[in-house]
Amino acid sequence: MSELKATRDAYGEALVEAGKNNENIVVVDADLSASTKTAKFRKHFPDRFFNVGVAEQNLIDIAAGLSTCGKIVFASSFALFATGRPWEQIRNTVAYSNLNVKIVASHGGISVGADGSSHQSLEDIAIMRVVPNMKVVVPCDANESYQAVLSAVAVPGPFYIRLGREKVPVITGSGNEFRVGKANVLKDGSDVTIIACGIMVDSAMKAADILAKDGLKAAVIDMHTIKPIDTEIIMKYAEKTGCVVTAEEHNVIGGLGGAVCEFLSENHPLPVYRVGTRDCFGQSGEPVSLLQKYGMTPQDICEGAKKVIKMKR
Amino acid sequence: MKFDEEFLKRKAAELRLDIVEMITRAGSGHPGGSLSALDLLAVLYYCIMNIKPEKPVWKDRDRFVLSKGHAAPAIYSILSDMGFFSKKELPGLRRIGSILQGHPDMRKVPGIDISTGSLGQGLSVAVGMALAGKLDAKDYKVYALLGDGELQEGQVWEAAMAAAHYKLDNLAIAVDNNGLQIDGKIEEVMNPYPIEDKFLSFGWKIKSIDGHDFAEIFDAWEWAGSSKDGKPSAIIAKTVKGKGVYFMENVVEFHGKAPTPEEGKDALAKIKEALGKIKP
Ligand SMILES: Cc1ncc(C[n+]2csc(CCOP(=O)(O)OP(=O)(O)O)c2C)c(N)n1
Ligand SMILES: [Mg+2]
Repeated sequence: MSELKATRDAYGEALVEAGKNNENIVVVDADLSASTKTAKFRKHFPDRFFNVGVAEQNLIDIAAGLSTCGKIVFASSFALFATGRPWEQIRNTVAYSNLNVKIVASHGGISVGADGSSHQSLEDIAIMRVVPNMKVVVPCDANESYQAVLSAVAVPGPFYIRLGREKVPVITGSGNEFRVGKANVLKDGSDVTIIACGIMVDSAMKAADILAKDGLKAAVIDMHTIKPIDTEIIMKYAEKTGCVVTAEEHNVIGGLGGAVCEFLSENHPLPVYRVGTRDCFGQSGEPVSLLQKYGMTPQDICEGAKKVIKMKR
Repeated sequence: MKFDEEFLKRKAAELRLDIVEMITRAGSGHPGGSLSALDLLAVLYYCIMNIKPEKPVWKDRDRFVLSKGHAAPAIYSILSDMGFFSKKELPGLRRIGSILQGHPDMRKVPGIDISTGSLGQGLSVAVGMALAGKLDAKDYKVYALLGDGELQEGQVWEAAMAAAHYKLDNLAIAVDNNGLQIDGKIEEVMNPYPIEDKFLSFGWKIKSIDGHDFAEIFDAWEWAGSSKDGKPSAIIAKTVKGKGVYFMENVVEFHGKAPTPEEGKDALAKIKEALGKIKP
């Protein structure tokens, strides 16, 4: 059994590490520092931490102002409130001028659980991905989350990093190399390619094991960077396997599935099945039950895989 | 620069010529709010701000945020006159390929500290700049100009709260209180009055002035820019929308409408006439 750890916990640790090495790193939060884990940074560097209160529009534009004065700014809240409420601030002020603002949000996806639909962000990947200059990263585990945060320090310009609330298995090894825009192939295969992000990467690995029992070889790609998406690896595996399943804790519209389909339909049309919420809102419940109810289990990925394998010409 | 009323009067008239010419040529733009804000901006840029046109991103410079970004022609006329970029750019306003976008773009125009155009965001950005100044123990000031209709944006008050909370006495704003917005009088569309009381209750200090009286403007900017009491400053400046072009003054339609070529010619002639009467 692998270690369980929330991606947001790794964020807090990475922030402290980054803060030690770089005086220009500052953090802004909107009354959720205990949940987003920026409180860890505040404890170490109280002068470089600013709470703006429950004011997400202000959060983003204060971050923008700080960045114009040479700061590398991390701005945090829950995924829905960090991207939805201040979308236009992100679009017009942060992204338009390519400012060095890293929006790192916890509580992405339906696995938020009991708080229910108002706190379950199922649209954030879509609305961040559509903004020019924005890079979008959805780490699959704590290890990747840690590396993604440090990478965002090194790569100038706006980032959206989506993290989760729940403790999830650490599936990548310490030797796992994280590079923005370069997907990791976790498992090779020849019958179908599963492209996943976030907690669905672990489910994709489990799906591949189930498929193997039926004699089907599934490749699994950890597509941690959704923008810029790694088109090279998609093309390689599209050619190799001839069909694709995408898996994300997000609406099937506009997220990872959307991004993969956009690329494939223009460059290498083939059958794709998208695992995710089917254009609906969530509800309160245990994360596991919600993933089941809304069709985001390893079993759902397997069914998708069988569907697209059948559709192959 | 020290205060020089005659210089400012002349300069403001010359800048108004540029503004009217630019907008007339472009065939679109926002003359009303550019002209109401001009005197406030002219005093700030020529007399108050510590900036170097040859080093537009000098780290210790004072910052300025044109929160009401639609007054872009006013700031363009000043920045080009001060040498941040060539006057030859002015006729390009709003044309494809030009650095002079309809609303200011910090990546295209030297001297613009933040891109604006979407109302309600500038004060938050200015708060961020002022926080950075405090954190780095710099002496620079952050100035911003807001519209009076713009005060209807809720985010302005999020930022006002934050500015007082973080004791940003290195932050000073002016509200261009021309009394008009697109759909009419501000108090009829959505009344933001009393503006002074609102800022006071948010923990700011305030000064109410005539936004076209150069001596009052100078005193107010100087007062705001030398604050050391832990409070941000707001100057509520009574202005005339369309100031300096007789057929635009207090005319709501000239918020976002260019003069026709004939109107433009007429306006330029009248400004030149007035300019002739100012002592050189
Ligand atoms: C967020 C946003 N909403 C709407 C507009 C369109 N708009 C441009 S100017 C304006 C009215 C502004 O009135 P005021 O702040 O009084 O400006 P001024 O009178 O100084 O020109 C509006 C609604 C905008 N630019 N940004
Ligand atoms: Mg107005």
